[in-house]
Amino acid sequence: MNLILLLLPVALLLGFLGLCAFFWSLKSGQYDDPDGAAQRILTDDDCL
Amino acid sequence: MSCCAGDIAEEIGAQDYREVSRREEYLHAGHALKSGDTKYVFSIANVHCGACINIIEKQLDKQTGVKSARVNLTLKQLEMIIDQKADILQIVNQLDKMGYPPTPVDLGDLSEFKQEQQSAKLIRALAVAGFAAANIMLLSVSVWSGADGETRKLFELVSALIAIPAIAYSGQVFFRSAFSALRFGHLNMDVPISLAIILSLFMSLYETFYGSGEAYFDAGVMLLFFLLIGRYLDQKMREKARNSVFALSKIAAKGANRILPDGHMSYIPIDQVKPGMVMRIFPGDRTPVDGIMISGQTDLDRSLVNGESDTHAPKIGEEIEAGVLNLTGAIDIKASKPADQSFLSEVSKMLEAAENSRMTYVSLADRMAKIYAPVVHIFALVAFLIWFFIVGESWHLSLNIAISVLIITCPCALGLAVPVTNVIAANQLFKHGILMRDGTALERAAEVIRIAFDKTGTLTFGTPKLADSDVEALDDQTKAYLKALTSRSSHPASKAIANALKEITPADMSDIREIAGFGVEGFINGKPIRLGRAAWVAEIASNSETPQEDKISFAVEGQTLLQFNLQETLRTGARHTRQYLKEHNIAVEILSGDGEGAVVKIAEHLGIKTWLAGLKPADKHKHLHALENDGTPTMMVGDGLNDAPSLAAAHVSMAPASACEVGRQAADFIFTNDSLNAVPFTVSTAQMAKRIIKQNFGIAIAYNMIAIPLAFLGFITPLIAAIAMSASSIIVVLNSLRLSWHDMRTIETKVEP
Repeated sequence: MNLILLLLPVALLLGFLGLCAFFWSLKSGQYDDPDGAAQRILTDDDCL
Repeated sequence: MSCCAGDIAEEIGAQDYREVSRREEYLHAGHALKSGDTKYVFSIANVHCGACINIIEKQLDKQTGVKSARVNLTLKQLEMIIDQKADILQIVNQLDKMGYPPTPVDLGDLSEFKQEQQSAKLIRALAVAGFAAANIMLLSVSVWSGADGETRKLFELVSALIAIPAIAYSGQVFFRSAFSALRFGHLNMDVPISLAIILSLFMSLYETFYGSGEAYFDAGVMLLFFLLIGRYLDQKMREKARNSVFALSKIAAKGANRILPDGHMSYIPIDQVKPGMVMRIFPGDRTPVDGIMISGQTDLDRSLVNGESDTHAPKIGEEIEAGVLNLTGAIDIKASKPADQSFLSEVSKMLEAAENSRMTYVSLADRMAKIYAPVVHIFALVAFLIWFFIVGESWHLSLNIAISVLIITCPCALGLAVPVTNVIAANQLFKHGILMRDGTALERAAEVIRIAFDKTGTLTFGTPKLADSDVEALDDQTKAYLKALTSRSSHPASKAIANALKEITPADMSDIREIAGFGVEGFINGKPIRLGRAAWVAEIASNSETPQEDKISFAVEGQTLLQFNLQETLRTGARHTRQYLKEHNIAVEILSGDGEGAVVKIAEHLGIKTWLAGLKPADKHKHLHALENDGTPTMMVGDGLNDAPSLAAAHVSMAPASACEVGRQAADFIFTNDSLNAVPFTVSTAQMAKRIIKQNFGIAIAYNMIAIPLAFLGFITPLIAAIAMSASSIIVVLNSLRLSWHDMRTIETKVEP
């Protein structure tokens, strides 16, 4: 029982962190151009 | 630069002024930022891989004044911020040269910004609901697997703590819409949804604190989550449709070069043009208003205005409509009407009327919702009444059953059935270069049993081609002469000849000049060589008989006159399209503003038996209107200004991206690839989408047939509700995903030409 009292908030907190991370990624524009991001990783800027 | 009235600007001057007006137009397309920089968004249709992104960004970074340039591959857009040092025209020309012609996207519209906010709001609501649903579901699983006593109470309490803020935040979308519907005395789908969510929340709270029954927190939040997915997809879809409109709202004649009485020229916005003002129209420009030609000589391309495929040389005093493309020489026209009464705006008035009178199409989902919403309410109410009064159960058990009826019948699967399918279909079309402008267009396209094609620019390419037999008959010297004469001209006939002679090295010719209204002339060793109108060329030729007027003539001084035929080239895929439509029992007809001869040639070539020639915009409109009233759902495919009213009047319409702005605005679909195969592909995708939507409705109804009686009898526990809701939604989504296998190849392989 005591364990649950500890685990519940921890689980919820982790979930909440995930939610915050999602909002952050949304805000920083990581979902603006999924196709472009997939292609950009293949271009090697350092060599040019 | 000085420019005396009466003396039409020389070619270099004309080029300069043209640059000025083009620059002006691009400057208007920019969006001034607070920092003093300017932001541009361009739509670039042919960005399709990582290399394109790289090339464009690298090249633009090298340009002076470009602060940032970023390509968005998903939207096929380029976002660019430049400072005052940058020359936008130079950047645009650079992109053009690289093979990525940009079309500016209008940033000035506020409503688009609002839409963007709307979808951001929905995704946030979706994320919160998803988070809540997942956590509550975990707690519920432990309840179902046997947690009881204090533990169960604790879990339910935690569930309530998560559910209350989540529903308060994410549910707003539905509550607002339900509230406004109720206020106007309507019932929409959001009313039972809101009722189910709110009632289940309160009932569950009651059970948690006072009762010992089942709590429905998970069902309420999951319902919210699934429905928000549908809502979000719907919104995204509408946004995409709007984006494609902006991307294509290409710069039309927004201004005009006015010649002031003192001979100077100034660029004025189109709405300031008044009758009597003199405008100069340079080669390559379109006439901004209706006017009377007062000086100069040129050839006009009227194909977008009336579908005529041949060029026309206007005489002094002739009336010229707005929207005509000036080809060879600069001309002055005196405006005869203000801009809002020009041919162009008359067409757009006709267009507006057609759009207003277009049957307000009620989508399948809305029709379903209209029946569904009252039925759900009645079921729930009846369930409560029966259990409370007839069976004589306690009020809270009766209410519980009524709520489980509401939850179970709530249209998770229904809410997903239409948007998921539409989004996948629209994506599929987008991948093949077809942009959808209206959400209901897909449904309308599925009903089409007749397709009316415009000829010039739709069935054919707007540009003519030299007949192959004519090319073969030429000797090498003539070819070299022709190449030299045509390679610099922008006249469609010249371009056609130059294209046919791609491999030839031009002869060394001096003093090549284009004589507007007549043709091109050049000299070899002082001997004139002419290409152009028959009578003019015949002046130097040795032939005595009069040549045919309708052909292109060529002669070296003192030698025999040669004549060429210009042919219209069929758009790629035209024959294939015809074949496919024939096999699928869709009738085809041609509606053209061009002369009968030209239309018959194309009709025979494609084996189309029904055609009408010499139609005015109003005739086409009337024709389509009549078909619509007859109950023949007809698709109109056209590109011209003269097609615009009929595009709007047709049941559904398509236009190539090469169409004029008005045409693109009026069409439901726009295809950016050259091939006409886009037409059968759109129709078949629409038909398949409709089939899948119907199947999805079938699945949802079958599910309800089983679930409602169970709920009525009080057998539905939160566990069963959760499983049933998820299962039906997943089946519907999986069924919709089948549509993503449908691509152009399925169209192309089905028909062997």
